[in-house]
Amino acid sequence: MSKPLPAVDYLKLPESGEPYLEGPKCSACGSIYLGARKVCSKCGAREKIEPVRLANEGHLYVYSIVHRSFPGIQVPYVSAIVDLEGGGTVKGNLIGVDADPAKIKFGMPVRVVYKDALGRKDREGNSYTSYFFEPR
Amino acid sequence: MSDVYVVGIDMIKFMKAGSGPAVELLGAQAALMALDDCGLKIQDMEALYCGNLGQAGAMVGQRVLQQIGQTGIPVVNCANACATGATAFREGWMAIKAGVYDTVLAVGVEKMGGGLLGGGGGGGGIPKEGLLGSMTMPAVFAEAGQEHARKYGTTFEQFAKVSVKNHHHSTLNPKAMYQIETPLETVMGAEMIAYPNTKLMCSVNVDGSAAAVLMSEKKVKALGLMKRAVRVKASVLTSDPWQERDLVMPDVNTCTRLAAKKAYEMAGVSAQDINLVELHDCFATAEILHYENLGLCGDGEAGHMIDSGATALGGKVPVNVSGGLLSKGHPLGATGIANVYEVATHLRGEAGKRQVANARLGMTHVIGLGSACAIHILEKVA
Repeated sequence: MSKPLPAVDYLKLPESGEPYLEGPKCSACGSIYLGARKVCSKCGAREKIEPVRLANEGHLYVYSIVHRSFPGIQVPYVSAIVDLEGGGTVKGNLIGVDADPAKIKFGMPVRVVYKDALGRKDREGNSYTSYFFEPR
Repeated sequence: MSDVYVVGIDMIKFMKAGSGPAVELLGAQAALMALDDCGLKIQDMEALYCGNLGQAGAMVGQRVLQQIGQTGIPVVNCANACATGATAFREGWMAIKAGVYDTVLAVGVEKMGGGLLGGGGGGGGIPKEGLLGSMTMPAVFAEAGQEHARKYGTTFEQFAKVSVKNHHHSTLNPKAMYQIETPLETVMGAEMIAYPNTKLMCSVNVDGSAAAVLMSEKKVKALGLMKRAVRVKASVLTSDPWQERDLVMPDVNTCTRLAAKKAYEMAGVSAQDINLVELHDCFATAEILHYENLGLCGDGEAGHMIDSGATALGGKVPVNVSGGLLSKGHPLGATGIANVYEVATHLRGEAGKRQVANARLGMTHVIGLGSACAIHILEKVA
């Protein structure tokens, strides 16, 4: 069986070592992006983008509890936006909590964890690794 | 530069998504109604600006003319997400401002499918919806609302009150898709789509069209059309300035604030002067954000504003007296011009049971996610 592929291009799966998220950072203004780019859309600087490893620790910025989605997608789930320590904001599923607004607090500390992408496979049958957030 | 006026404007009654005729017939209906509203003919139009999103590559403007009069005039087809209709209207305004034409037609039209918008993803690999959170519109605007809740403690109930108000307003608007009262318990108890947006807090997908005839001042005077004319005091379009969470959290606030600032400057008025507003309530959460973004209240005061009734018909600054996108319906490419129709109708004193008393200045606002913000300020003339 072939190795799982990353669900998104900013998720890195090194041959040895732990998975991590990578954020291109503009060395001119410090803005952090997700996914490859050559020009900073904040300051317009060209060729100043350097990839940086993003932290696995962060805080929940905001969330929604999704109850209606497309066929085949299990609901409810928590769609979350997380600010990572040291910079970078990512979106993903918050797991390990009840899908209940009374149980989810803005600003709660979370960590990024890396798991199989809910069993989703592409047309060639490849498995994928994705990232999730868990309370810490 | 000449002032620009709306002399003819109308919209069809919005209808269930997919139930309307072909897009060109839908657009033709509103176009003819707008021409009739000012007593002009298609031969009087010097250009057509057509807004449509769903068939953006399919020459919808020309197809409308093929239904109502192929006069050979230039046609510009516009697509700008949910700001599409307002963008088409603004293109016409600019052409008159530039002195190129005296009389133009703007048409917004949309045939919609049902169901959730957004979240389709694209690209290779595996679907990301439900794996990396949700990019459906209800969830995206839920998260935008939650940012307000995080900052100011805005409650689910306060968001829901927007929907109660706008559904109430629509009972007074025969052109709205729905005319149904929805009490607070009904709104809050409806199927949860993406917390805190229930089904009744999501805009309605509809088929619809709206059209406007815009005219230069000298032409309005020459044709004796000033009596029912509405002056366009400001027309502003912005895109989304860089924000740190942009990539995962579409920002509808900054582009609106930027557009509002420019619009007030252009019109030479302040938010306190505005008598009614049709703003982009694609979801109930969004309306709360835009009270502050448009300066209708101070930052952090929007929750109180909905509680106080200030934005209900009879309040200090009624918002979405048409029923809004939540109940009048949201045919994407038509919405921007339908908003102008609503405000113009009040400025003309022709809004019947939902008339905002003594309306002299009104504002329209739309957001196209991705993002575009268009704001118009309209003024009563006669």
